[in-house]
Amino acid sequence: MLRHAELNDSNDRIEVLDLRDENCPFTFIKTKLKLEEMKKGEELKVIFSDEVTARDVAKSLTSEGHEVLEVLEIHGAQLKGIDGWMLRVRCGR
Amino acid sequence: MSDIILTQEQIKRYARQLIMPEIGGKGQVKLLKSKAIVVGAGGLGSAAIQYLAGAGVGKIGIVDGDSVDITNLQRQTIHAGNLGMNKAESAAKFVKTLNPDVEVEVYPENVNVNNVRDIIREYDVVVDCTDNFPSRFLLNDACVMEKIPLVHSAVLRFIGEIMTIVPDSACYRCVFPEAPPPGSVPSCQEAGIAGVATGIFGVMQATEAIKLILGLEILENKMLYADLLTMEFDLIDIRKDRNCPVCSGKVKDLQEESYVETCRIE
Repeated sequence: MLRHAELNDSNDRIEVLDLRDENCPFTFIKTKLKLEEMKKGEELKVIFSDEVTARDVAKSLTSEGHEVLEVLEIHGAQLKGIDGWMLRVRCGR
Repeated sequence: MSDIILTQEQIKRYARQLIMPEIGGKGQVKLLKSKAIVVGAGGLGSAAIQYLAGAGVGKIGIVDGDSVDITNLQRQTIHAGNLGMNKAESAAKFVKTLNPDVEVEVYPENVNVNNVRDIIREYDVVVDCTDNFPSRFLLNDACVMEKIPLVHSAVLRFIGEIMTIVPDSACYRCVFPEAPPPGSVPSCQEAGIAGVATGIFGVMQATEAIKLILGLEILENKMLYADLLTMEFDLIDIRKDRNCPVCSGKVKDLQEESYVETCRIE
Protein backbone atom coordinates (compact mmCIF):
# COMPACT_ATOMS: atom_id res chain seq x y z
CA MET A 1 0.00 0.00 0.00
CA LEU A 2 1.28 3.46 -0.87
CA ARG A 3 1.56 6.13 1.69
CA HIS A 4 1.82 9.77 0.82
CA ALA A 5 4.40 11.97 2.44
CA GLU A 6 3.61 15.45 3.54
CA LEU A 7 6.08 17.26 1.35
CA ASN A 8 4.36 20.59 1.11
CA ASP A 9 5.26 21.79 4.56
CA SER A 10 6.84 25.21 4.06
CA ASN A 11 8.89 24.75 7.21
CA ASP A 12 10.37 21.64 5.67
CA ARG A 13 14.10 22.33 5.56
CA ILE A 14 14.97 18.82 4.51
CA GLU A 15 17.05 18.84 1.37
CA VAL A 16 15.65 17.17 -1.75
CA LEU A 17 17.89 15.53 -4.32
CA ASP A 18 16.28 14.83 -7.69
CA LEU A 19 18.01 11.83 -9.28
CA ARG A 20 15.28 10.82 -11.72
CA ASP A 21 17.64 11.22 -14.68
CA GLU A 22 20.42 9.10 -13.18
CA ASN A 23 21.11 5.42 -13.75
CA CYS A 24 22.73 2.77 -11.55
CA PRO A 25 25.31 3.05 -10.00
CA PHE A 26 25.10 6.86 -10.00
CA THR A 27 21.73 6.83 -8.26
CA PHE A 28 23.47 5.32 -5.23
CA ILE A 29 26.78 7.16 -5.61
CA LYS A 30 25.19 10.62 -5.77
CA THR A 31 22.97 9.87 -2.79
CA LYS A 32 25.98 8.59 -0.87
CA LEU A 33 28.12 11.64 -1.76
CA LYS A 34 25.32 13.96 -0.58
CA LEU A 35 25.07 12.08 2.72
CA GLU A 36 28.85 12.33 3.20
CA GLU A 37 28.47 16.13 3.25
CA MET A 38 25.76 15.95 5.90
CA LYS A 39 25.91 15.53 9.65
CA LYS A 40 24.82 12.43 11.50
CA GLY A 41 21.09 12.56 12.22
CA GLU A 42 20.23 14.96 9.38
CA GLU A 43 17.55 13.92 6.91
CA LEU A 44 17.62 13.79 3.12
CA LYS A 45 14.90 13.15 0.55
CA VAL A 46 15.91 11.65 -2.76
CA ILE A 47 13.62 11.23 -5.77
CA PHE A 48 14.13 8.36 -8.21
CA SER A 49 12.28 7.54 -11.42
CA ASP A 50 11.04 4.13 -10.32
CA GLU A 51 10.42 1.86 -7.37
CA VAL A 52 13.12 -0.73 -8.13
CA THR A 53 15.82 1.94 -8.12
CA ALA A 54 14.54 3.50 -4.91
CA ARG A 55 14.51 0.14 -3.14
CA ASP A 56 17.98 -0.84 -4.46
CA VAL A 57 19.47 2.42 -3.23
CA ALA A 58 17.67 1.98 0.10
CA LYS A 59 19.31 -1.41 0.53
CA SER A 60 22.79 -0.04 -0.24
CA LEU A 61 22.32 2.91 2.13
CA THR A 62 21.23 0.58 4.93
CA SER A 63 24.37 -1.52 4.47
CA GLU A 64 26.47 1.65 4.77
CA GLY A 65 24.91 2.44 8.13
CA HIS A 66 22.28 5.01 7.15
CA GLU A 67 18.70 4.77 8.39
CA VAL A 68 16.11 4.49 5.63
CA LEU A 69 12.92 6.05 7.00
CA GLU A 70 10.58 5.35 4.08
CA VAL A 71 10.29 4.63 0.37
CA LEU A 72 7.07 5.80 -1.27
CA GLU A 73 5.52 6.98 -4.50
CA ILE A 74 4.91 10.70 -4.87
CA HIS A 75 2.84 12.74 -7.27
CA GLY A 76 3.26 16.16 -8.77
CA ALA A 77 0.97 17.96 -6.39
CA GLN A 78 3.08 16.91 -3.43
CA LEU A 79 6.56 18.04 -4.36
CA LYS A 80 7.44 20.80 -6.80
CA GLY A 81 5.51 19.12 -9.59
CA ILE A 82 7.67 16.02 -9.32
CA ASP A 83 6.41 12.50 -9.99
CA GLY A 84 8.53 9.59 -8.90
CA TRP A 85 9.63 7.45 -5.99
CA MET A 86 10.97 9.11 -2.91
CA LEU A 87 13.39 7.74 -0.39
CA ARG A 88 13.69 9.46 2.96
CA VAL A 89 16.92 8.69 4.79
CA ARG A 90 18.61 9.80 8.00
CA CYS A 91 22.36 10.21 7.84
CA GLY A 92 23.90 7.53 10.04
CA ARG A 93 27.60 8.37 9.93
CA MET B 1 34.35 18.92 5.32
CA SER B 2 36.57 18.46 2.32
CA ASP B 3 37.47 21.47 0.20
CA ILE B 4 37.49 19.53 -3.08
CA ILE B 5 34.17 18.91 -4.76
CA LEU B 6 34.22 16.05 -7.23
CA THR B 7 33.24 17.02 -10.76
CA GLN B 8 30.62 15.06 -12.71
CA GLU B 9 33.46 13.54 -14.74
CA GLN B 10 35.31 12.50 -11.58
CA ILE B 11 32.15 10.93 -10.18
CA LYS B 12 32.04 8.81 -13.34
CA ARG B 13 35.78 8.10 -13.45
CA TYR B 14 35.94 6.91 -9.85
CA ALA B 15 32.42 5.41 -9.66
CA ARG B 16 33.60 1.87 -8.92
CA GLN B 17 35.58 2.98 -5.88
CA LEU B 18 33.18 5.72 -4.73
CA ILE B 19 30.64 2.93 -4.19
CA MET B 20 32.80 1.19 -1.61
CA PRO B 21 32.43 2.17 2.04
CA GLU B 22 36.23 2.11 2.49
CA ILE B 23 36.69 4.86 -0.12
CA GLY B 24 33.58 6.89 -0.94
CA GLY B 25 33.75 10.62 -1.63
CA LYS B 26 35.88 11.43 1.40
CA GLY B 27 38.42 8.76 0.53
CA GLN B 28 38.54 9.91 -3.07
CA VAL B 29 39.26 13.47 -1.97
CA LYS B 30 42.05 12.13 0.27
CA LEU B 31 43.52 10.31 -2.72
CA LEU B 32 43.27 13.38 -4.97
CA LYS B 33 45.03 15.48 -2.33
CA SER B 34 47.79 12.92 -1.73
CA LYS B 35 51.29 12.71 -3.14
CA ALA B 36 53.14 9.45 -3.78
CA ILE B 37 56.62 8.97 -5.17
CA VAL B 38 57.66 5.81 -6.96
CA VAL B 39 61.40 5.21 -7.00
CA GLY B 40 62.26 2.99 -9.94
CA ALA B 41 60.04 2.74 -13.01
CA GLY B 42 61.01 -0.85 -13.80
CA GLY B 43 58.93 -3.98 -13.27
CA LEU B 44 57.54 -3.12 -9.84
CA GLY B 45 57.19 0.58 -10.65
CA SER B 46 55.49 -0.14 -13.94
CA ALA B 47 52.66 -1.92 -12.13
CA ALA B 48 52.50 0.36 -9.09
CA ILE B 49 52.39 3.59 -11.10
CA GLN B 50 49.50 2.41 -13.31
CA TYR B 51 47.22 1.67 -10.37
CA LEU B 52 48.17 4.71 -8.32
CA ALA B 53 47.31 6.80 -11.36
CA GLY B 54 44.05 4.95 -11.98
CA ALA B 55 42.95 5.44 -8.37
CA GLY B 56 43.46 9.19 -8.66
CA VAL B 57 46.45 9.81 -6.41
CA GLY B 58 46.77 13.57 -6.97
CA LYS B 59 50.50 13.79 -7.50
CA ILE B 60 52.88 11.04 -8.50
CA GLY B 61 56.64 11.50 -8.52
CA ILE B 62 58.58 9.07 -10.72
CA VAL B 63 62.31 8.58 -10.25
CA ASP B 64 64.46 6.68 -12.74
CA GLY B 65 67.70 7.50 -14.51
CA ASP B 66 67.62 4.60 -16.99
CA SER B 67 66.12 4.43 -20.44
CA VAL B 68 63.80 1.80 -21.88
CA ASP B 69 65.52 -1.24 -23.37
CA ILE B 70 63.89 -4.11 -25.25
CA THR B 71 64.84 -6.56 -22.45
CA ASN B 72 62.61 -4.51 -20.09
CA LEU B 73 59.35 -4.95 -21.98
CA GLN B 74 58.69 -8.52 -20.79
CA ARG B 75 57.67 -7.01 -17.43
CA GLN B 76 57.82 -3.21 -17.70
CA THR B 77 54.62 -2.89 -19.66
CA ILE B 78 54.10 0.79 -18.89
CA HIS B 79 56.84 1.59 -21.43
CA ALA B 80 55.02 0.21 -24.50
CA GLY B 81 56.26 1.97 -27.61
CA ASN B 82 58.87 4.04 -25.80
CA LEU B 83 62.18 2.26 -26.52
CA GLY B 84 65.15 4.50 -25.74
CA MET B 85 63.12 7.04 -23.74
CA ASN B 86 63.98 7.83 -20.14
CA LYS B 87 61.85 5.49 -17.97
CA ALA B 88 60.49 8.23 -15.70
CA GLU B 89 59.45 10.28 -18.76
CA SER B 90 57.94 7.21 -20.41
CA ALA B 91 55.91 6.26 -17.33
CA ALA B 92 54.76 9.88 -16.94
CA LYS B 93 53.43 9.79 -20.50
CA PHE B 94 51.26 6.80 -19.60
CA VAL B 95 49.93 8.48 -16.46
CA LYS B 96 48.94 11.65 -18.30
CA THR B 97 47.09 9.63 -20.93
CA LEU B 98 45.28 7.48 -18.37
CA ASN B 99 44.23 10.15 -15.90
CA PRO B 100 44.53 13.91 -16.38
CA ASP B 101 43.63 14.41 -12.69
CA VAL B 102 47.13 13.28 -11.76
CA GLU B 103 50.01 15.73 -11.66
CA VAL B 104 53.30 14.01 -12.50
CA GLU B 105 56.75 15.08 -11.43
CA VAL B 106 59.58 13.42 -13.34
CA TYR B 107 63.01 12.85 -11.80
CA PRO B 108 65.19 11.45 -14.63
CA GLU B 109 67.95 10.42 -12.23
CA ASN B 110 68.76 7.75 -9.68
CA VAL B 111 68.56 8.34 -5.93
CA ASN B 112 71.80 8.81 -4.01
CA VAL B 113 72.95 10.00 -0.60
CA ASN B 114 72.97 13.63 -1.77
CA ASN B 115 69.58 13.92 -3.48
CA VAL B 116 67.26 11.37 -1.86
CA ARG B 117 66.02 13.34 1.16
CA ASP B 118 65.24 16.43 -0.93
CA ILE B 119 63.43 14.34 -3.54
CA ILE B 120 61.14 12.45 -1.14
CA ARG B 121 60.49 15.26 1.36
CA GLU B 122 57.29 16.69 -0.14
CA TYR B 123 55.57 13.30 -0.55
CA ASP B 124 53.12 11.46 1.73
CA VAL B 125 54.38 8.00 0.81
CA VAL B 126 57.43 6.52 -0.93
CA VAL B 127 57.13 3.35 -2.99
CA ASP B 128 60.44 1.49 -3.27
CA CYS B 129 60.54 -0.17 -6.68
CA THR B 130 64.33 -0.27 -6.96
CA ASP B 131 66.31 -3.35 -7.93
CA ASN B 132 69.41 -3.25 -5.72
CA PHE B 133 70.34 -3.39 -2.05
CA PRO B 134 72.11 -0.02 -1.71
CA SER B 135 69.02 1.81 -3.02
CA ARG B 136 66.71 -0.14 -0.68
CA PHE B 137 68.80 0.67 2.38
CA LEU B 138 69.15 4.27 1.24
CA LEU B 139 65.37 4.69 0.82
CA ASN B 140 64.66 2.97 4.13
CA ASP B 141 67.09 5.18 6.02
CA ALA B 142 65.97 8.39 4.27
CA CYS B 143 62.29 7.61 4.91
CA VAL B 144 62.90 6.83 8.59
CA MET B 145 64.86 10.09 8.96
CA GLU B 146 62.20 12.13 7.12
CA LYS B 147 59.36 10.25 8.90
CA ILE B 148 57.72 9.38 5.59
CA PRO B 149 55.97 6.00 5.14
CA LEU B 150 57.69 3.58 2.77
CA VAL B 151 56.31 0.60 0.89
CA HIS B 152 59.15 -1.83 0.20
CA SER B 153 59.09 -4.74 -2.19
CA ALA B 154 61.63 -6.92 -3.93
CA VAL B 155 61.18 -9.81 -6.37
CA LEU B 156 63.31 -12.50 -8.00
CA ARG B 157 62.21 -15.32 -10.29
CA PHE B 158 58.76 -16.29 -8.93
CA ILE B 159 59.24 -15.07 -5.37
CA GLY B 160 58.71 -11.74 -3.74
CA GLU B 161 58.36 -9.87 -0.48
CA ILE B 162 56.55 -6.74 0.58
CA MET B 163 56.39 -4.72 3.79
CA THR B 164 55.29 -1.23 4.77
CA ILE B 165 57.38 0.92 7.07
CA VAL B 166 55.79 3.80 8.97
CA PRO B 167 57.30 6.03 11.68
CA ASP B 168 57.79 3.88 14.82
CA SER B 169 57.23 0.53 13.08
CA ALA B 170 59.96 -1.99 12.34
CA CYS B 171 62.05 -0.76 9.42
CA TYR B 172 63.80 -2.63 6.61
CA ARG B 173 67.07 -2.59 8.58
CA CYS B 174 65.33 -4.20 11.57
CA VAL B 175 64.64 -7.20 9.33
CA PHE B 176 67.81 -7.07 7.24
CA PRO B 177 70.64 -5.30 9.10
CA GLU B 178 72.87 -5.71 6.08
CA ALA B 179 72.83 -6.78 2.46
CA PRO B 180 74.03 -10.26 1.60
CA PRO B 181 77.67 -10.33 0.48
CA PRO B 182 78.04 -9.23 -3.15
CA GLY B 183 77.73 -12.24 -5.44
CA SER B 184 75.79 -14.41 -2.97
CA VAL B 185 72.40 -13.37 -4.30
CA PRO B 186 71.98 -13.64 -8.05
CA SER B 187 70.92 -10.48 -9.79
CA CYS B 188 67.85 -10.16 -11.96
CA GLN B 189 70.06 -10.65 -15.04
CA GLU B 190 71.57 -13.88 -13.67
CA ALA B 191 68.56 -15.47 -12.00
CA GLY B 192 65.77 -14.23 -14.19
CA ILE B 193 62.51 -12.67 -13.21
CA ALA B 194 58.95 -13.57 -14.02
CA GLY B 195 57.14 -10.54 -15.42
CA VAL B 196 54.03 -11.52 -13.49
CA ALA B 197 55.95 -11.45 -10.20
CA THR B 198 56.84 -7.79 -10.66
CA GLY B 199 53.26 -7.12 -11.71
CA ILE B 200 51.71 -8.78 -8.67
CA PHE B 201 54.07 -7.22 -6.15
CA GLY B 202 53.99 -3.81 -7.82
CA VAL B 203 50.20 -3.80 -7.68
CA MET B 204 50.39 -4.88 -4.02
CA GLN B 205 52.67 -1.90 -3.39
CA ALA B 206 50.08 0.41 -4.94
CA THR B 207 47.47 -1.31 -2.74
CA GLU B 208 49.51 -0.58 0.38
CA ALA B 209 50.11 3.05 -0.64
CA ILE B 210 46.41 3.59 -1.35
CA LYS B 211 45.36 2.00 1.96
CA LEU B 212 47.91 4.07 3.79
CA ILE B 213 46.51 7.27 2.26
CA LEU B 214 42.98 6.16 3.18
CA GLY B 215 43.95 5.22 6.75
CA LEU B 216 43.17 1.52 6.27
CA GLU B 217 45.11 -1.46 7.64
CA ILE B 218 48.56 -1.94 6.12
CA LEU B 219 51.49 -4.38 6.36
CA GLU B 220 52.95 -2.60 9.39
CA ASN B 221 55.31 -4.84 11.40
CA LYS B 222 54.47 -7.57 8.92
CA MET B 223 56.12 -8.91 5.82
CA LEU B 224 54.26 -10.80 3.15
CA TYR B 225 56.43 -13.37 1.40
CA ALA B 226 55.05 -15.25 -1.57
CA ASP B 227 56.22 -18.03 -3.87
CA LEU B 228 54.14 -17.73 -7.01
CA LEU B 229 55.23 -21.18 -8.24
CA THR B 230 53.61 -22.97 -5.31
CA MET B 231 51.23 -20.09 -4.59
CA GLU B 232 52.23 -20.17 -0.93
CA PHE B 233 51.74 -16.82 0.75
CA ASP B 234 53.24 -16.30 4.21
CA LEU B 235 52.43 -13.34 6.41
CA ILE B 236 55.35 -12.99 8.79
CA ASP B 237 55.25 -10.92 11.98
CA ILE B 238 58.35 -8.78 12.31
CA ARG B 239 59.64 -6.89 15.31
CA LYS B 240 61.33 -3.57 15.72
CA ASP B 241 64.99 -3.99 16.63
CA ARG B 242 65.67 -1.70 19.60
CA ASN B 243 69.30 -1.55 18.53
CA CYS B 244 68.59 -0.73 14.89
CA PRO B 245 71.01 2.10 14.11
CA VAL B 246 68.48 3.93 11.97
CA CYS B 247 64.99 3.66 13.44
CA SER B 248 66.29 3.91 17.02
CA GLY B 249 67.36 7.42 16.01
CA LYS B 250 71.08 6.83 16.60
CA VAL B 251 72.10 7.68 13.06
CA LYS B 252 70.72 11.03 11.94
CA ASP B 253 72.39 11.61 8.59
CA LEU B 254 73.01 9.59 5.49
CA GLN B 255 76.68 8.72 5.02
CA GLU B 256 78.11 7.69 1.67
CA GLU B 257 79.97 4.71 3.19
CA SER B 258 76.74 3.14 4.49
CA TYR B 259 75.56 2.26 0.99
CA VAL B 260 78.36 0.17 -0.41
CA GLU B 261 78.78 -3.60 -0.32
CA THR B 262 76.90 -4.90 2.77
CA CYS B 263 75.43 -1.45 3.54
CA ARG B 264 75.92 -2.18 7.23
CA ILE B 265 75.94 0.71 9.68
CA GLU B 266 78.07 0.04 12.76
